[in-house]
Formats: sequence, C-alpha cells, structure tokens
Amino acid sequence: MAPGAGDVEPSIFKYILRYSLRQQITLLIMTGVSFPFLYYSLDLPKRIINQAIGGQDFPQMVFGMPFEQVPFLMLLCTVFLALVLINGGFKYWINVYKGQVGERMLRRLRYQLFARVLRFPLPQFRKMSQGEIIAMITTEVEPLGGFIGDAFAQPAYRGGTLITILAFMFVQDWILGLAAIALYPVQMYLIPKLQKRVNDLAKQRVRTVRKLSERIGESVSSIHEIHAHDTSELERADFAHRVGAIFEIRFRIYKLKFFIKFLNNFIAMVTPFFFFSVGGYLVIEGDLTFGALVAVLAAYKDLSAPWKELLMYYQQMEDARIKYDLLTEQFEPADMLDEALQQPEPGPVPPLDGTVVAVNVTLEEEAGIKVIDGASFSFAADSRVAIVGPSGSGHEGVAKVLARLLRPTSGTLRIGEHNLAALSEAAAGRRIAYAGPTAALFSGSIADNLLYGLKHRPVAEAERDAEAARGRERFVSEAEAAGNTTADLEADWIDYEAAGVSGPEALDERVQEVLSITDLEADVYDFGLQGAIDPAAFPELAAGILEARSVLRGRLADPALADLVEPFDRARYNSNMSVAENLLFGTPIGDAFDLEHLGENPYVLSVLGKAGLAEDFLTTGLKVATITVEMFQGLPPEHEFFDRYSFISADELPDYQHCVRRYEAGGLDALEETDRATLTSLPFKLIPARHRLGVIDEPMQERLLAARRLFAEELPESLKGSVAFFDDTQYNAAAAVQDNILFGKIVYGRQTGLREVGRLIGDVVRELDLRRTIVAAGLATQVGVGGSRLSVAQRQKVVLARCVLKRPDILIVDQATAAMDPVTHNKIMENLFEECRGRGLVWVLGAAEQARRFDRAVVMEGGKVVEQGPVGELDQPGSLLRRLAAE
Amino acid sequence: MEYGDAVTVLRRMPLFSSLDPGQLKLLAFTCDYLSFEDGEALFHAGDPADSAYVIDEGEAVIRADTDNGEVTVGTLGKHEMFGELAIFRNASRIATIRARGQLKVLRIAGDIFLKLVTQNPDAALGVMRALSDKIARAQDSFEAMEAELRRLQAAAGGVADGADK
Repeated sequence: MAPGAGDVEPSIFKYILRYSLRQQITLLIMTGVSFPFLYYSLDLPKRIINQAIGGQDFPQMVFGMPFEQVPFLMLLCTVFLALVLINGGFKYWINVYKGQVGERMLRRLRYQLFARVLRFPLPQFRKMSQGEIIAMITTEVEPLGGFIGDAFAQPAYRGGTLITILAFMFVQDWILGLAAIALYPVQMYLIPKLQKRVNDLAKQRVRTVRKLSERIGESVSSIHEIHAHDTSELERADFAHRVGAIFEIRFRIYKLKFFIKFLNNFIAMVTPFFFFSVGGYLVIEGDLTFGALVAVLAAYKDLSAPWKELLMYYQQMEDARIKYDLLTEQFEPADMLDEALQQPEPGPVPPLDGTVVAVNVTLEEEAGIKVIDGASFSFAADSRVAIVGPSGSGHEGVAKVLARLLRPTSGTLRIGEHNLAALSEAAAGRRIAYAGPTAALFSGSIADNLLYGLKHRPVAEAERDAEAARGRERFVSEAEAAGNTTADLEADWIDYEAAGVSGPEALDERVQEVLSITDLEADVYDFGLQGAIDPAAFPELAAGILEARSVLRGRLADPALADLVEPFDRARYNSNMSVAENLLFGTPIGDAFDLEHLGENPYVLSVLGKAGLAEDFLTTGLKVATITVEMFQGLPPEHEFFDRYSFISADELPDYQHCVRRYEAGGLDALEETDRATLTSLPFKLIPARHRLGVIDEPMQERLLAARRLFAEELPESLKGSVAFFDDTQYNAAAAVQDNILFGKIVYGRQTGLREVGRLIGDVVRELDLRRTIVAAGLATQVGVGGSRLSVAQRQKVVLARCVLKRPDILIVDQATAAMDPVTHNKIMENLFEECRGRGLVWVLGAAEQARRFDRAVVMEGGKVVEQGPVGELDQPGSLLRRLAAE
Repeated sequence: MEYGDAVTVLRRMPLFSSLDPGQLKLLAFTCDYLSFEDGEALFHAGDPADSAYVIDEGEAVIRADTDNGEVTVGTLGKHEMFGELAIFRNASRIATIRARGQLKVLRIAGDIFLKLVTQNPDAALGVMRALSDKIARAQDSFEAMEAELRRLQAAAGGVADGADK
C-alpha cells in the first residue's frame, strides 16, 4: 500500500473507522471489560460500611469459608485495594494504547497529506503558499492525533462510567437517580447551540492563522525587499493586524467556552441541592438507609467527573471535526497527478525514443489564459532542438509540458509510442531531465545535490549491527502500522546504472567528468581549497597536503620566490601575521580564542603578564592610539576610512583621545584600569609588515616568542580543544586546505604575491595529482538552505550537472544558464552538445540567434507555433526566427 | 620603510604639500610598501590606472611599446613620483614601468588621496597649484621642443632649397 497510502476520507469519523477500526474495537472491548471492576469498586465501600463495620450476624460465609467481623473487614479492604490496582491498570493500558493509535493515525495523516502535496499539479502552488502547507501538515494536524485515540474509547468509557454510576444510583433509589440527571436535558439543549458559535469562530481562527503563516513565509523570503524599501514598519503593522484579528477571535472563543463551563458547573452544583433536600427527607422518613445516601452522594461526585469529560469530549470532537474538514478540503485539488503514476515502477523503464509529436497542445491557466494555444510540432527525440520566441510566447510552457511538469489542458504529446500524460513518473523522471531558470538546491553538500537525481528507490540495503537492525525492524513495523513507506533512508539509493557506471568509484570519476562538462570543476576546486577537511574522512588528501606543503617549501627556497611567503616557524616571529596570531600560533577552534577578541581573554592576559609583556602591550597600545587619534580625528565619524583602516572605531575614538591626553598629562600612572584594558587590546590587531608602524621592536618580538611558548605549555586542559597549533608535521584540521599547503603567510609588499602563490600552489597540486581529491573534498561543501551559499550561476551549474549525471534520453534546458556570463554559457552549450550526442537536447533560448547552433527550431509567438523545422530552412529573410535573431 | 619615513617622503612631494599633517599621516599609513625584482613590471601600458608611486630605493625605467618592441624612454630615480596623473583622469596607463635592479616603492591609492583632498578646500587648491606647475613645465618643454622642431625643419628646408637650385 505504502507510497501514496490511500485516500483521505471526507469526515474524521469515516477516516478513523477506515484506518483504525480494529484498534478502536480493541479499545472498546477493553473499556467494556473494565466496567464490572469499576462497578464493584463503587459498590464495595457501601458493603464495607453496611456489612463489615455496621453488620451484626457474623461469621459471614465467603466462598464457603467463615469470617469473623475484623477478618471480614480486612478481606473487603484488601479486595478494595486490588480493585483500585486493577482499575488503575486498565486505565494505564487503555491510555497507552490510545496514545499509540492516535500517534499512528497522526503519522498516517501527515504522511498522506505530504504524499498528496507531491502529487499536486504545479499551478496549485500558486494558490497555496508554502507557509500554509507547512502550517497545515505540522501544527494543524497535531491535535487530531490526540482526538483520534479518544474518538470512540472516550465516549464509551465516560458514557459507560456514567451509565454504570447511574445504574448504581437507580438501583439504590430511582428517585435519586432521576434527580441526578434531571438537568441533563437542559445542558443537552443549550450547549450545542453555544458550541455552534464556537465552531464558527474556530473555523475563522484556523483560516486566519493559516494566512499568518503564509505571510510570515513571504516576509522571510522577501526580506531583501523589506530592507531595501524600508518597509519594516509596514510589515510590523500588517503583522500586528493579523495577530490582532487572531486575538479577537480567540478571545471570543474563550468567552464562549468559559460561559459553557460556567453553565455546566452551575448545573452540576444545583443537583446536590436535590440530594440533600430529597435524600435527607427520605432518610429521616426511614425510606432510605443512611449508608445508601452517603454512597449515592459519593457516586454523584464520581458522576460529575465523567459527565464533565463527556461534555469536554463533545467540544473536542467538534473542534477536531472542523479542523479535519478545513484540512482535507485543501488537499483535494482538481487535476492531481494520478497516484498510480508515482508507484514504484513495475520493471525496467523503457527508453524514450522515436519522434516527439505534439498535437494541438493547449495549456490554460486559471481565468482561461492560454499559455500554449493549440501548438503542434514534431522532432526526432534524439535531435538538438531550440525553442525560441519573444517573452510570453509560451516557449517556457512548452518546455515544462515536455518535461511533464505541467499537463496540457487539451491535446496530446507523444514520445515514440508513449503518451506523455500516461507515462509514469518513474519513466519521465529518469528518461527526461529538466533544468529550469530557478535553480533549486536542497540543503546538504554539493555531492548530495548532484546525486539527488539518481536517487529514485533504495538499491542496496544498508549494513547494520544488531542494535541498529532492531531499530530498523521497529521502524518498519511502525511504518507499516501507519501506512508509511518502509523505504530505508540509510540504504544506498544511487542508481549507478542510470549514471552509466558500475559502482561508487566509477561514479566518482563520472562526477568529475560532469563537473567539467558543466564548468563547475574550478568552483568546486576552490571550495575544496578554501574549506577545511576532516583528515579522518580524507586521510589520503591530508597526507597529500602535507607532502604538498613540503614540496612548496622546497620551491619557495628558490631565492627569486623566497620572499613571497613567510613560513610558520615556532622559533621565529612572523611579521606578516598579526600579534594575536603570533601569540596563539595556531588556528582558533570555536570562540574562546577568537582572534578579534584575544585581548579580552583572561588566559591570554595572564600569559602576557608572566612573559613580562604587560607593560609592552600598554605602551605599544598607547603609541598605536596616539598615531590613530592623530590620523583620524579630522575625519567625520561616519567616514569609510574608519572601517577600512582604523584599529579603532569612530565611536571609540573619543575614549582613546582621553587615554592619550591623560597619559600626556600624567604619564602611565595617570591611566585608569579601564584605560589600560582598552589600550592593551590594541596591539593584538597589528600586523607589523602591513602596518609598518615600527612599534614592535626586536626585544619585544623575543618576549612575544617566549609568550608563545608559555601559552602552549601552560594551556589548561579545558582550553586545549580551543586551538589547533601550527605544527609542521601535522595536518591542521581547523584550517583551510589552502592554508595547510601554504603553512605560512603571504608576504605583504609584493604586488603579484597573491597571484604568484596561487599559481605555485596550483602547480604543486597538479604535480602531486591532488586536484581530484581536493575537488572531491570540495564536493562535501554544504550549500546552505536552498543553496544560498552558492552564487546563482553556481546553483544553475549544479542543477545542470544533476541533470547530466542521470544521462536522460531528453535533456530540457529551460533558460537554465541565465545567470551565467556569455563565455561560460557558450562553453557549457558546446560541452552539452558533445555530451548529448545521440540523445535529445531541447533548449529554450533567451537569445534567438543561438538557435543557429541547433538542428531544429520551434519558433513560438502568442502561444502558437509559428515556424518549425530544420534551422537552415527557417533562417530565411522575412522569417520570424530571422527577425528574433536580429533583435 | 616604516610609516614615519613614509610621512617624510610624502611631505616632500609638491602634490601632497598642502595636506594637513594628520591627513598626510593617514595617506602614508594607507600606502603599500612594495618591492620589485629586476625587470619586474609595476604596471603595463593599457592597465587600468588607480595609484601613484614614489620611489624609495632603486631605479625604474619607463618603457614604451613600439613596432620594434619595448624601448626605454626614460629613467626614474629615488624619491621621484610617477603615475599620479592617472588619479585625476580616469584613463589607462600610457607606458610600462619596470624595475631596474632591486626597486622599492610606496604605492599611493588614488581613491584615498582624492577623498582626502576633496574634504579640504585648501589642500585641493594646493593640488591644483602643483598640477598647474606641472602643466606649465610641460608647456614650456613642449614650446621648446616645437621651436627646436621648427629650427630643424627650417634647416632641412634650407638644405632642400639648396639642392633644388
């Protein structure tokens, strides 16, 4: 059953019965079985009082055994205790079972709703926002789970309890029984009337909250616009109005709900009035025993609880009913993809070949706007076809219809013998690839995104140890119980055959090839160089990088290159890195030794003290402050130079001016504690070779080296994980790959230094054959939410690479290179021509003149196909293609 | 070269002489101190121009592209400034400059200099004065060259006339 997991029934009770009939019956049976015990536990106190405590004729015979008064009392009390335990046990079991049923049903419902979202026709997403869908599947469904467990058992249990107690009361005295329920009809008449108003409000509330989620989603995704147009106040006002409306609705619901509660409480308290008056009279008259009245009063106390629960259940039921209706109506769009088309494929997926034939294809949007208006065209499925047209001509629509993303309103589209509309998603999704203008990536690594298009079904089971296997078994049994798919997320999902490779290693090779085809290789190489790697995950790369480090070191020994890099050397002061880095001599991990705030770290300050550097830092700080104040005091505070060059921000400048003035007036002793702290933090940012202030002389450098040693030697255990020291023989996992190769600082003062060093590293990487491994490491780069850490052009390249990797019979490129520069675009087009030789390539072109590089063209205007055929024939004077190409 | 020395060097340049002491120091602080190997180019003809240079140590040669390859058309020595006109006119370099032997220079970023000058009318006036001096000198040498050319043409013409007779 799994993938789609069945229909969503029109009403919540039908839904519950359809998917959990057996469990509900079990619950009912268990509830029924629990009643006799409940009844006896009610009856027992009366017997204890009347027979054991107040009784006379002993010994009493119980199961043929004689009992004196006290043993008899003890026996009854023991039975009472046993009944309490049994009742508690029933309650526990029933509650757990209910919880399980409810949660399974909740899981099922969520799964079904999500499965439906995956089958929505694309235009549905214009009507339904992401925020709404998220709100519905996550929060709105939640309370239904609780209700489903209670749906039958709760009224049965509470109702049964009520009837048991009532029966008990009627047996005691039918008049008192009648008195107890005398006011039920009033409640049963009034409450539904009030509840109806609550229901209407609840509906409003759900809709308003949905709109709120939608709005929040929109604000977040358009956050640029809000900042760029200074509309945050407008957004806040809009939000305030929405939450205001929700407040009003909820407030009215509260008032109604509590009024209902008040009414119930009042009526519940009126009843004892009858007991005391009528019951009391009967006892006095001798028509009722005193024990019976006490028991009835106790029973009534028990009666009010289930009755209250029943009323509460009624309210919950109404709430759940409304939520369910409001929910399911949203998940029944017309024109949903047939569920059968998403089922696992029956067998091998046939290749799509032959001729692509479109007959009278029309695509209508809402309001009857025809995006495509009776388009007919044909071309061989293995040819290169350009689709061109002015904007709004329908060429994008044709691409999406060809990719089976949109289904034509009328007309047919066939590829060879297959009708595209009836083609399963398994066939379309593997044989056709579509790269659109908006490049959507999933958060994860670049590799995850590239391989995404190959993951249709699990192909090989995941290996597990015994414990994990048990976990997996449990997952499967629960998933089956909730009608979810049991497909194993941890299995190998990659369809190697579709990628044309034999296994994981060959796939790596192929990925590298595809990176080159889509011009992504250099980008990924840069990611690899700039990123840090886990040496445990890439042991060969780490070893290779250490080798590259020594090769580069050898190369830099050449006198002509020697002054490009100042290598890390524990025994030498490095004037091309900051004082902070010199002291730390390593890469900070986490925030403890954040280089920007090293001067505030207590451990660092204590090391300075021990190394006799406290005075040095203070006087150096003073010198830097004096120079900086002199240079910057004439500039307006908002001047960009503060950000670009100053050690001191504009708003701190007056403080430093004070420090300098106080020092000039009274020497170091005039400085206060805070002055000293601010001044001491200044020298940390100095890079002697860059700033050339000449304030760190050789003796101070020596002392800094001593401090560097002290820092490492006395580093407390708790801070050991906060820094990865520079060690010539070790790979530094906290630093980028490039910094690991370089193992030094690029020297300031060489105009072409950066470029030269980049070239040298490139050479070494090539010679040691490390490039592919670095690219492989780069593939592990996380792309961020929606690929936000990649540029738009890079995202487009990833999407194209994903398409190429699955070797489709027809590759549809729908303006998918729009963000790239023309050179890259042309290069990729050329590469794709080569890659897709013998297979189909359909390209929706932004620039019509490029159609000349294709075999055939389909030229569109106003939703109609105006010209089609071999490009050579179409490219004639007066043709639309010629005209568009000239634009 | 340390920052203090850079201040001294820059102060000597007529173009910067009208800057406030603070501004001059800021300019010196934002300079890059670069070293070049023998034959290494500081920039090539046609490169976008964005900075001026002052030689601290060594010599540089001005090289012009001709049909016969690059030829040296001039030499620059210690404390000579070049490339500064590029700061004022948005143009590309007209010649290539190369180091002759070890060369050390201060590179002054044009945008920073312009930003400093535009904040200070007196400094701007000083810069105009320095530039006018430079133009006047160029004008003088141009006139001298023109006179020389005319004289040479006249002499050549006389020879030709004589040949006709």
